[in-house]
Amino acid sequence: MTAPDEVLDCLGQRCPLPVIALARRLPSLPVGAVVRVLADDPAAAVDIPAWCRMRGQEFLAATSSPDHTPAYDVRRVH
Amino acid sequence: MRTEAIAWADVIPSPVYLDAATAAPLHPVARQALLAALDDGWADPDRLYTQARRARQLLDAARAAAAETLGVRPDELSFTASGTTAAHAAVLGGLVGRRRIGGGLVHSAIEHSAVLHAAEQHVARGGTAAGIPVDRLGRLDLDAWSEAVAGPGVALAALIAASHEVGTVQPVEAAAAACADAGVPLYVDAAQVVGRMPVPAGWSVLSASARKWGGPPGVGLLVVRKGTRWESPWPADEHESGRTPGVVNLPAVVAAAASLRAAAADAAAEAARLSPLVERIRARVVAEVPDVEVVGDPDHRLPHLVTFSCLYVDGEALLHALDRRGFAVSSGSSCTSSTLRPSHVLEAMGVLSHGNVRVSLHRGTTEADVARFLAELPGIVADLRAQAGVVGL
Ligand SMILES: Cc1ncc(COP(=O)(O)O)c(C=O)c1O
Repeated sequence: MTAPDEVLDCLGQRCPLPVIALARRLPSLPVGAVVRVLADDPAAAVDIPAWCRMRGQEFLAATSSPDHTPAYDVRRVH
Repeated sequence: MRTEAIAWADVIPSPVYLDAATAAPLHPVARQALLAALDDGWADPDRLYTQARRARQLLDAARAAAAETLGVRPDELSFTASGTTAAHAAVLGGLVGRRRIGGGLVHSAIEHSAVLHAAEQHVARGGTAAGIPVDRLGRLDLDAWSEAVAGPGVALAALIAASHEVGTVQPVEAAAAACADAGVPLYVDAAQVVGRMPVPAGWSVLSASARKWGGPPGVGLLVVRKGTRWESPWPADEHESGRTPGVVNLPAVVAAAASLRAAAADAAAEAARLSPLVERIRARVVAEVPDVEVVGDPDHRLPHLVTFSCLYVDGEALLHALDRRGFAVSSGSSCTSSTLRPSHVLEAMGVLSHGNVRVSLHRGTTEADVARFLAELPGIVADLRAQAGVVGL
């Protein structure tokens, strides 16, 4: 797993806030950049991939850091 | 007085109830039957005196009517205290009845929580449960299903007839054929189709819930076909052929059976009336609300139910905003659930779970109700997005 270009800490935030944070940040990064969203709201596991599909961005993977914090990697493709 | 009432009506919009999939408003036939049976059906049907015989007649007639509507034998049908209890009994009883074959339960990933909770209890007691995936439209993966039911030690398979959350009608008859090939009985949770659509064939156990068709709350149906190996999971009790413990709420049962017959008689006409209204909601929501995902199968769906999710909108805030404008709907968003988890149905489909709204229509829903909902929804969503500062994201 390559290191992300940016990490968004959305721990403790309830959906849709992590998705909103991702939608705000991704367009300001260069095409090809990877953002990792840390989010412990269970809805993020569904909503981050769904947002990527709706916006045509690439959902790379749901990862989990050594301390088991759920994380979601997204690549800007356009 | 009169002018005051009119002025008041301008401020508070008249309520539009759009949550029939939870509970439909009481059918007039149910109301009438309930009131009559309160006077006539309070005695214990099992006693040996005049009042009891009257109660027994009412119970037998209700059972005969419900069985006839469903096309089953009266002795195959029991009344339960809710659709949930019927689902619990269907799953646990089906598993107990075939425990010598094995401890395997196969179910779709989108069953009602009543079925999933029964499955959890089964697993906690040492059984196994396999959840079969659905696709993006909420349709069962038939290949995975067929493979799973043909596996060793499968005691029971459970499939919802149509999703209560997104309306997708399941391929019950094909799933039943796979079960028949494997010699596994199929339980169908038909809560959203009974009284609205023809019930598909091929099942061994079926459950339903009266409040979904306009019957009173607190009545369920459990049907166990002759020859099915099903054993009551409850402590021994002689009521309802030993299938559901305790005396039934007879007035409610009488009302449930009477309204089931009425609803089933009108079902085709109601479906023909409501389905285009649902179609209109599906089309107009997509056209007029930006960044919205209408979920569920557009073709093979319930006639009265539609679900959509609005990007960047908090589901709870949306329900409250709609309620303030008089609209009663439900939601599968996590913030609206007591567990703070998103709906397992939306999760299994892989569709957006926040900003989720389920609209379900009933025999009292008018075209004007739907028109007003569609006229107000885009503004309500736009206001919430403006407040959250997410416009243009
Ligand atoms: C598909 C389905 N199964 C079971 C139930 C449970 O029925 P009840 O609400 O009567 O317990 C419901 C309704 O909540 C349902 O929609």
